[in-house]
Amino acid sequence: MRKRLSVLLVSVLALSACGSGGDTADTDTAAASCAPSSGPVTLTYTTWIPGIEKVVKAWNDKNPNIQVKVQTGPNGNGGTYANFFNQLKAGNTPDLGHIEYDALPSFRVQDGLFDVAQCDIVAKAKDQFIPWTWNQVSFGDAKSAWGVPQDSGPMALFYRADLFEKNGIAIPKTWDEYAAAAEKVKAAGGYITNFSQSDINQFAGFAWQAGGRWFANDGQQWTVNLTDDKTKKVADYWQNLISKKLVSTVPPWTTEWDNAYNSSSAWTWVSAVWGANSIMSGAPKTEGKWRVAPMPQWDAGSTVAGNWGGSATAVFKNSKHPYEAAQFALWLNTSEEALALLNQEAQLYPATTAGTKLPFLANPVKFYGDQKIYEIFAQAATQVTPDFTWGPTMTSTYANASDGFKAAVSGNGTLSDALAAAQKQTVETLKSQAIPVKE
Amino acid sequence: MTTAVKAAKPTAVKAAKATAIKQRTLPMLVMAVFTVYFLTPIWWLFVGASKSSEQFTSTNPLWFADFDLFTNISDLVAYREGVFLRWLLNSVLYTGGAALLGTLLAAMCGYALAKYRFRGRELIFNVVLSGVLVPATALALPLFLIFSKVDATNTFWSVFLPSLVNPFGVYLARIYATASVPDELLEAARIDGSGEVRTFFKVSTRLMFPALVTIFLFHFVAVWNNFLLPLIMLSDERLFPVTLGLYTWNTQVNQIPELRGLVIVGALLSITPLVVAFLLLQRFWRNGLGAGAVK
Repeated sequence: MRKRLSVLLVSVLALSACGSGGDTADTDTAAASCAPSSGPVTLTYTTWIPGIEKVVKAWNDKNPNIQVKVQTGPNGNGGTYANFFNQLKAGNTPDLGHIEYDALPSFRVQDGLFDVAQCDIVAKAKDQFIPWTWNQVSFGDAKSAWGVPQDSGPMALFYRADLFEKNGIAIPKTWDEYAAAAEKVKAAGGYITNFSQSDINQFAGFAWQAGGRWFANDGQQWTVNLTDDKTKKVADYWQNLISKKLVSTVPPWTTEWDNAYNSSSAWTWVSAVWGANSIMSGAPKTEGKWRVAPMPQWDAGSTVAGNWGGSATAVFKNSKHPYEAAQFALWLNTSEEALALLNQEAQLYPATTAGTKLPFLANPVKFYGDQKIYEIFAQAATQVTPDFTWGPTMTSTYANASDGFKAAVSGNGTLSDALAAAQKQTVETLKSQAIPVKE
Repeated sequence: MTTAVKAAKPTAVKAAKATAIKQRTLPMLVMAVFTVYFLTPIWWLFVGASKSSEQFTSTNPLWFADFDLFTNISDLVAYREGVFLRWLLNSVLYTGGAALLGTLLAAMCGYALAKYRFRGRELIFNVVLSGVLVPATALALPLFLIFSKVDATNTFWSVFLPSLVNPFGVYLARIYATASVPDELLEAARIDGSGEVRTFFKVSTRLMFPALVTIFLFHFVAVWNNFLLPLIMLSDERLFPVTLGLYTWNTQVNQIPELRGLVIVGALLSITPLVVAFLLLQRFWRNGLGAGAVK
């Protein structure tokens, strides 16, 4: 079934990119198997991970016959994904590319990726990965993998232990308690958190935790469901906090936003593991005052976490050396040496089970009052529900939803309205790209 | 009668003076408002670049805290083995080279169109002129596909060659050549035995000089600020111009928040060459604009 979909899409693409039909057929046969190349090979790898050169150098020093050349650019949505698509059209993609989980389906739909599960080394390594991260690259199909999972963003609650203690507020374990705490925090002159108005990914993490399932693909067509009951519950919950002005709403990743945390105006942040570093550098005045607790739950006593972020190392279909590329991608994302370097240089949090237990993640962190915060995230990493699927046009879905979110935050409409609008626009986008979608 | 005139005169002068002041105040006010409007972001940038990252978020964005500009600059230059300096150098090469060569090409082309009569002259001119209407951004993707065909993407030339083209410069050069190079002078040069090329360089370019400076400046700014072409063409960091490099860093601020400070200092340094070019060349530029306007 899946094959039929891709064949259909390939022909659509061949029609639109005139004259490239022959090329597509050639690469189809070339990339059908995962055989080792003979002789030394050079691979190109495009990524925007800061400090990746050091990691790649470690590989190059040990593998004189498989040399990797790093190429770089802005982050995915900042231009590198657009470049990948252009390069697919021109037939000169790099061998390997850094692709976030939420963008992977769009490359799959355009038939740009090599199925690395065809390489026995990758198929064998499957069990090393945390199951839900593997699902992010296999899209639920046991026989395929459209990349090797690289990192993940399990979510937890960052909170200002000092302020909660001083005001006698208990650390919320459920979302109900969180809303109740929000009232008390407001009374004490703060905001419980800042609602990330234009960064829809955080909201996606909340919906993921609550059991929302935005996209599904049965092999023939996509289903879009941005307004399922679970997602609606989350939207109504945050809408309530916004309407009551219990949360601040400055745009994320700005200096005002840093300042909201630095000046102790925002008391918690439900964020991913990499958020630890954002607070550290954005709010240096609050050193020693933050702690981490598990994410608040919808049902008391349950243990479900959301995920925010994470990416895969994908092998492009045009690669002439898929076996070696897969070999490198595996080393990059499973070897202790590479995982340690990636974490040190770019705060990437491993997607493998063994990776989350590596010694450098067991250390107490000074900024968090010497709490061993990564133990909380290691636990959260195992509690992320496995069957959340991203859609094939996330860039435009995000843009659509975030327009409505911004309006809702300034008092025009609600988050639910925004999601309903994004639902409609996403279905239209899929249709306009000739991607089969269920109405 | 005479007394009346005498009495009336001073008030008339006063009134004229008053209207003159009024007439001057309003434009001055408008200009003052615009000056503030245009300079505020630059002021903000300068102030921001002089702060440590901690003070950047916590102090007044339009006034100084501790003056750390030089520490910030040395941090920037030291970051990732000085890749920023490499980007600046690349920008100077792309921009300076393309603006110089592009100006020469535009001048020759415009001059030829103005001073020689040949078949298809107007057609060529109109085709070139229609090029002014096509935005550079619309051409970036087709250029990428063309360069892909000859395996020349991700090279110096993939950015440099397309940057040479400047249809607006051709237009300006033609207008200026028509206005400032008299046919009689060319005739005299020919009679004296000067070849066409020599006449162009020794006589015509001198007359067209203010125009050439204008073209150069326009071209310089356009290439310096051209962002989409390098974004699409280049994936080797060592080839990036400074605009693309800073943008790349800016998209990584989520992951590496320290980069924000470097981006701000880098932005300040990256506009400095433009400011310098304008201050040095504006004298010529003004002359050029004036000459074109009168004739």
